[in-house]
Amino acid sequence: MSNKQIETQEILVNMGPQHPSTHGVFRMVLSVDGEMITDVQPYIGYLHRGAEKLCETMDYRQGIGFMDRTEYLANFNAELSYVMAVERLLDIEVPERANWIRMILVELNRLSSHFMFVGAFGVDCGVFGTPFLYSFRERERLIDFFEEISGDRMMYAYFRPGGLAWDVPANFVSRVEEVLSSSEQGIKDMDGLLTNNEIFLSRTKQVGIIDGKAAIDWGMSGPSLRASGIEYDIRRAEPYLYYNDIDFDVITGINGDVFDRYFVRLQEMRQSINIVRQCLANLTSGAILADAAARNLRTPPGEVYIRTEAPRGEYGIYLVSNGDNRPYRLKIRSAGFSNLQALRDMVIGSYIPDAVVILGSIDIVLGEVDR
Amino acid sequence: MISFLVVNPFIDSLLKILSIVGLMTVSAMGLIYLERKIAARFHMRLGPTRTGPAGLLQSVADALKLVGKEDIRPASADAWSFELAPYFVFIPAFMMFVTIPFTLMLNVEMLTLGLLYIIAISSVSIVGWVMAGWGSDNRYALIGALRAAAQGISYELPLVLSVLCIAMIAQSLNLNEIIAQQTIVPNILLQPFAFFLFFTSALAEMNRAPFDIPVGESEVVGGPFVEYSGIRWSMFFLAEYTALLIMSILIVALFLGGWSWPFGEKLGTSWQILLTIMKTSLVIFLIFWVRVSVPRMRIDQLMNFCWKVLIPLALIQIFLNGLILVFHLPTFLLAVSSIMLMGVLVLIINKSMQNLNKNHIVKNNLESA
Repeated sequence: MSNKQIETQEILVNMGPQHPSTHGVFRMVLSVDGEMITDVQPYIGYLHRGAEKLCETMDYRQGIGFMDRTEYLANFNAELSYVMAVERLLDIEVPERANWIRMILVELNRLSSHFMFVGAFGVDCGVFGTPFLYSFRERERLIDFFEEISGDRMMYAYFRPGGLAWDVPANFVSRVEEVLSSSEQGIKDMDGLLTNNEIFLSRTKQVGIIDGKAAIDWGMSGPSLRASGIEYDIRRAEPYLYYNDIDFDVITGINGDVFDRYFVRLQEMRQSINIVRQCLANLTSGAILADAAARNLRTPPGEVYIRTEAPRGEYGIYLVSNGDNRPYRLKIRSAGFSNLQALRDMVIGSYIPDAVVILGSIDIVLGEVDR
Repeated sequence: MISFLVVNPFIDSLLKILSIVGLMTVSAMGLIYLERKIAARFHMRLGPTRTGPAGLLQSVADALKLVGKEDIRPASADAWSFELAPYFVFIPAFMMFVTIPFTLMLNVEMLTLGLLYIIAISSVSIVGWVMAGWGSDNRYALIGALRAAAQGISYELPLVLSVLCIAMIAQSLNLNEIIAQQTIVPNILLQPFAFFLFFTSALAEMNRAPFDIPVGESEVVGGPFVEYSGIRWSMFFLAEYTALLIMSILIVALFLGGWSWPFGEKLGTSWQILLTIMKTSLVIFLIFWVRVSVPRMRIDQLMNFCWKVLIPLALIQIFLNGLILVFHLPTFLLAVSSIMLMGVLVLIINKSMQNLNKNHIVKNNLESA
């Protein structure tokens, strides 16, 4: 045997923005040595629409619709942060009923967003569509329900500073129960299709590991952070709405690998169902919009930062007002953007198929990353 | 043997070739339709419904569309290997058909070394894959082609070894003799482990899920076929389904008793054909079922599974079979040894799953951070 090594050459593989598994228009340039990834260069910005700047040209009511368009899989959660920021500036009290309904919708939206994640993640792992379509059936039921309430399948614009746009339909409670029980079945289906599958486990465990410290250093939040064992959930750490009165567990992972990020989300879905059930029990009747909330709001000068726990993590709104009827400056702190930064740490040293799975496990929404 | 009642041997062989190509093309198109329908049912969808009754003409419509497409060759592609590659995949798939036994009498040419012939021919298609990947001058295609080469060559071994197990029992490489020997007990009962080996490596050989690594849609976007369009692409596609059909018939012949089990040679030819078709449909359905159920494996896991698990176990099986057959030990020992090896396989897989769980690297919580 000669000691001379075979000469190898690293090649650059361009993944995206038109790649089937980059979840939209994300692009990463991989340097690969055979199948091993030695470096990755992510590129974002293909979906940049200047949402923050646009919001500065619109009054507060019009801005709500724009929040839907940044985070298009968890619109209610995005609206909530924005609406709460405006309310904080105005210093108005939201009626109790409106808050309970907001909580229900936000948690249901978390369910629908996580269903989307699980389905897409199945495709990333290479199952020919089955988990994808099963989870989409559940997501479809949830979205139909949102449409019944808000009139739109995706861009709801249903929350208003001070409450809700209009009251929910009369059969609200029974419909929520319906979608909850179907979602419960859907989560069980996912357990059968993915969680207990040996090939799925061998593809996801010990892959894309990031430890708690690195996750915090990158500013990760949400399920991706909790999968690394950090017990940080804004619903617990800084309770908003009525999360203080609700009993739920903060799910954490152990290893911070791809499987944990998947499993934390799956368990969170169960918690969401639990939360919605409790909210339904507490749902009161009454007004859904504060009296003080005028149609064309004018906020007193000041600045405020509000964050809520969206399905992907911290969705923060930094709002500066100069007393006008529109924001002077609006900054969106999106979880997807921060979580995506950790991609390089997770991907280097793994294989090409792992890169796809790892990217899937971060669960980005490009609309939120690029804004 | 098919007899066209023609004396002239040239016309006779021409008719045989035409019948192969015609039959295989039609059945491959039928399989494409079936796969779409069956996968759709697994997905709670309807599948094709618009073209023809219950979407029956969907494959025809697709074929027409593909033929009508422009045949694009990237400017930087290597013209020769790019344009020839489809034939290297397409022709071996059809050549395998020659010695496939539908019934005792109905086949193109029953070769004495038929099994060897099929195994030999089936590996040729890998050349086509590598040519396609290299000739396309595309990095996804190149990665896909290298994967295909690694996977194809590795899984050739367990495939051959499992066939060897059967050949030892039947003491023949003639497919009809192998089938005739299974009149009472099909080989799947004697050699369940060999069946598992053959089924797995056949899936890998055909690049079907969970071993569709070379074409992995979510990773290398179709692998060697990224740059192909129109008729050239459809030739790859057709070859894939032809190989699927042939491998399924082969599984039926080797393990499920082909036209013979359970009725023997008493049945007439038409009943034998029906029996073969029914068993083949079952196997094909199983392959579709696997495809919609499991995620794709990773190439290193695939290679480990082949070289560290399948091949050693297959060699042990052959050794045990040899002992039993040489010393004329009772036949049921064949089944016992095979089931034991299946048990070993399950143990190995369980062990590796436990290892995955055991190597927990616990770096958690804020305190340590």
